[in-house]
Amino acid sequence: MEQFIPKYVQGATGDWEVVIGLEIHAQVASEAKLFSGSSTKFGAEPNTHVSFVCSAMPGMLPVINEECIRQAVRTGLAMGCEIHLRSVFDRKNYFYADLPQGYQISQFKDPIVGEGEIVVDLEDGTTKTIGVERLHLEQDAGKSMHDQHPTQTYVDLNRSGVALMEIVSKPDMRSAEEAGAYFRKIRTLVRYAGTCDGNMDQGSMRADVNVSVRRPGAELGIRSETKNVNSVRFMMQVIAFETRRQIDLLEDGGEVLQETRQFDPASGTTSSLRSKEEAHDYRYFPDPDLLPLEFTQEFVDDLAKALPELPDDKRNRLINDLGVSAYNAAVLVAEKESADYFESLLDSLAHKTGKAKEELATQAANWVIGDLFGALKKTGKSISESPVSLKDGAELLALQIDGTISGRIAKDVFEIMLDTGKNPELIVEEKGLKQVSDTGAIDAIIDEVIADNQDKLAQYRGGKDKLFGFFVGQVMKKTQGKANPQVVNQLLKPKLDG
Amino acid sequence: MTDLTKLTLAEARDGLAKGDFTSRELTLQHLSAMEKGRELNSFIVETTDIALDMADKADEMIKAGRGTGMTGIPIAVKDLFCTKDVHSCAASHILDGFKPKYDSTVTANLWQDGAVMLGKTNMDEFAMGSSNETSYYGPVNNPWRATKKDGSLSENNYVPGGSSGGSVAAVAGHLALAATGSDTGGSIRQPAAFAGLVGLKPTYGRCSRWGMIAFASSLDQAGPITKTVRDAAIMMESMASYDDKDSTSVNRNVPNYEHALTGDIRGLKVGIPKEYRMDGMPEEIEKLWQQGIEWMKAAGAEIIDISLPHTKYALPTYYIVAPAEASSNLARYDGVKYGLRVEGDGLSGMYKNTRAAGFGDEVKRRILIGTYVLSAGYYDAYYLKAQKIRTLIAQDFAKAYEKVDVILTPTAPSPAFAMGEKSNDPIAMYLNDVFTVPASLAGLPAISVPAGLSADALPLGLQLIGRAFDEETMLRAADVLEHAAGFTAKPKIWWGEK
Repeated sequence: MEQFIPKYVQGATGDWEVVIGLEIHAQVASEAKLFSGSSTKFGAEPNTHVSFVCSAMPGMLPVINEECIRQAVRTGLAMGCEIHLRSVFDRKNYFYADLPQGYQISQFKDPIVGEGEIVVDLEDGTTKTIGVERLHLEQDAGKSMHDQHPTQTYVDLNRSGVALMEIVSKPDMRSAEEAGAYFRKIRTLVRYAGTCDGNMDQGSMRADVNVSVRRPGAELGIRSETKNVNSVRFMMQVIAFETRRQIDLLEDGGEVLQETRQFDPASGTTSSLRSKEEAHDYRYFPDPDLLPLEFTQEFVDDLAKALPELPDDKRNRLINDLGVSAYNAAVLVAEKESADYFESLLDSLAHKTGKAKEELATQAANWVIGDLFGALKKTGKSISESPVSLKDGAELLALQIDGTISGRIAKDVFEIMLDTGKNPELIVEEKGLKQVSDTGAIDAIIDEVIADNQDKLAQYRGGKDKLFGFFVGQVMKKTQGKANPQVVNQLLKPKLDG
Repeated sequence: MTDLTKLTLAEARDGLAKGDFTSRELTLQHLSAMEKGRELNSFIVETTDIALDMADKADEMIKAGRGTGMTGIPIAVKDLFCTKDVHSCAASHILDGFKPKYDSTVTANLWQDGAVMLGKTNMDEFAMGSSNETSYYGPVNNPWRATKKDGSLSENNYVPGGSSGGSVAAVAGHLALAATGSDTGGSIRQPAAFAGLVGLKPTYGRCSRWGMIAFASSLDQAGPITKTVRDAAIMMESMASYDDKDSTSVNRNVPNYEHALTGDIRGLKVGIPKEYRMDGMPEEIEKLWQQGIEWMKAAGAEIIDISLPHTKYALPTYYIVAPAEASSNLARYDGVKYGLRVEGDGLSGMYKNTRAAGFGDEVKRRILIGTYVLSAGYYDAYYLKAQKIRTLIAQDFAKAYEKVDVILTPTAPSPAFAMGEKSNDPIAMYLNDVFTVPASLAGLPAISVPAGLSADALPLGLQLIGRAFDEETMLRAADVLEHAAGFTAKPKIWWGEK
């Protein structure tokens, strides 16, 4: 459901509305750079992934890496954006030591991807639609290292020429939460599409955050642009800080300057990098070394057909076809790896138990989100590093479903699996944890428990129904949890009731 | 032994094939001529050892029956072409000491065919100039000097034209059998005309630009500078290729250009553009052009008057487009990676010092013009408008080629002028390119053929402009024109050991 209630920030002189736009830089997942064959692998020794082209040797020419084009189109399709069959690479001219050509090849007037819309989920259960203005391809610069020598700067050109997608939003966000949700959604989309690995700690995704404030209903205010923010948490800090700073300025009778700012993670504040007057004149013009990029609708259609299932579709399928709760479905699809793990687990489980997926999905989802995610969180591991294999996870659930072990025992077995990496069937076998469903054996234990607790029995029969739980607990204790709780319930009730 | 330096390329090829002499002998004679001709300042670097090594390899190729048209032919290479491990600096101070680890595609093609490199020739710095007076390595002297009224040779040095001034001086002075040139607005054709040689600029996209130090990417083309049209046809075939490392290279088969020289142009439609009859054009140029028309007519061609209405805008258009691209192409020369570095206060101090010391006045002038026309607020008025006019100029030609097969014009508005005569008047200098620039803007092939002598016995050239990728028809017409003109004059040798 769309959220229509405006969110205002209170100032000393009344309400303010914050307006946010994001420029997300996402590194294209590709083996080679945008215009040269050099590797894009992260973490190599400085200047080992550098060709004559990416070091801007005289006479070197760029040649488009087709895979990067396909990745940009896939991303555009995943975001539901218009794909431009003709686009143009331009040169953005400026001098810096880590920009070997003295210009960045980018797309200015004619980007490869045009407008689209992204629907994001908010915490209060509502959704919001945020416009995408465009996506264009560009080269990354190298890296200046100022801490390697007391008086000199070193330059590492490994990143020079790596393909980036710049995804520009419309100024449609009105809170840090919305901006965070939008960023996360884009990250989820590119990871589903396989077009960017989304690794923020390796700099694969970062954002320039544009913030302005205005009186509700007024014209857009002057914005500040905070560069290179590399986590959602930082982005939200930037928005909070900029909102406060700009409101304070305006309420004190000052004015907000159009400027570029930088974020200091240590203090959570931003500071001015350069003013509008100091802004570069990039002298964009079409790169004469590259012809306009043209492809057919068929090329786009083929890529569209081959796209994997996207998160919104997947979530709807989990809810509608498999009966997973809306909350669980949202959690599972947020990370492609989680969704993949869940779906494989469910396949495996259905195969093992011979039951229909929709009968198993809720229990499987609860286990993945509750038990598995809990364990991963404790150890700081991601699902791809899960110590519990898909096969073992499915086996554990299957043991529970076929009644071999109880839910409580399953939790114990899972702990042992985490500690030892052992197979659950083996653990159950070794530790003798098989559930007791033998009515004769359970009957005997119930009789023992009743005999030992005559006072409690009297109270129960006197109306204290809640003591039923006490008797169940005692029976389970005597069987070290192995008694099938359903059987215990069935047998216990008539005996207590007399 | 006979003087092998006086041979044409075709004669040398035939002599080598017949075993009349070896490439080593041919090369040694040229090396010796180079030593005697140092006063011309046509070479920046003489690659004697490489030349002899290549000559020996060529002799082996010929012996093994693997010779081609270029095998064993000693040639000079314009310093604009990158040559592996050999000085390649575009005659600029800023590339001091630069020796690339790669060969340009054009030179690699020549070496593949067994051509022999004598050295790197002088040129206007970054090919910016029409008199070869802007080189960091000093001006080149034209082997030709004016003849005074009393019949004696002038004591003044004459410019060889530019920017391929060193290349034409080397060939006209018989220091090399042929040379590579590059043409952005006339840099092959105008100097060829000034030195009584043939200069061919092929269709844009015919030769790879990979490894050519860029001046203006949308205009730069490599081509041969030779003694005859036949020589140009032979060398062109070796230089041309499709190259997937250059996105503007065109994938078409390279024909055997020499086969096009049938000597028969009966019925050929030759266009005479009225707009090339310019105010203030010397009478001897006008007369030579008329003579050319008569020669073509006598050979059976049909002369057709045509109009290229946007011709008068070609020069201003060129002097916007070329500097704009140059201002960006030359940004990579910043003192960071290779070539000259002059330390300064911080990064920007180093940039300023390096570029101030590294670039000559003409290069600085064009960087300034180019930066200006691309600047915010001026882009539409200059660069964008120039691009539109460029399209109109190309359309003029396309329309003309509905009626004609080739177009005949003078190559330059004057013969070679005395050193220093125009070096302080950039506009007068730029006017040298008035007849050559339109074909460059339209990307068409054009050739200058020596056709006569001026009043003071300096060579004059006529230009033929062909259809895109129809170098063959153009060469056939040029061959007929050359024979009709019967240009046999040679410069009187004033240089050498005294």
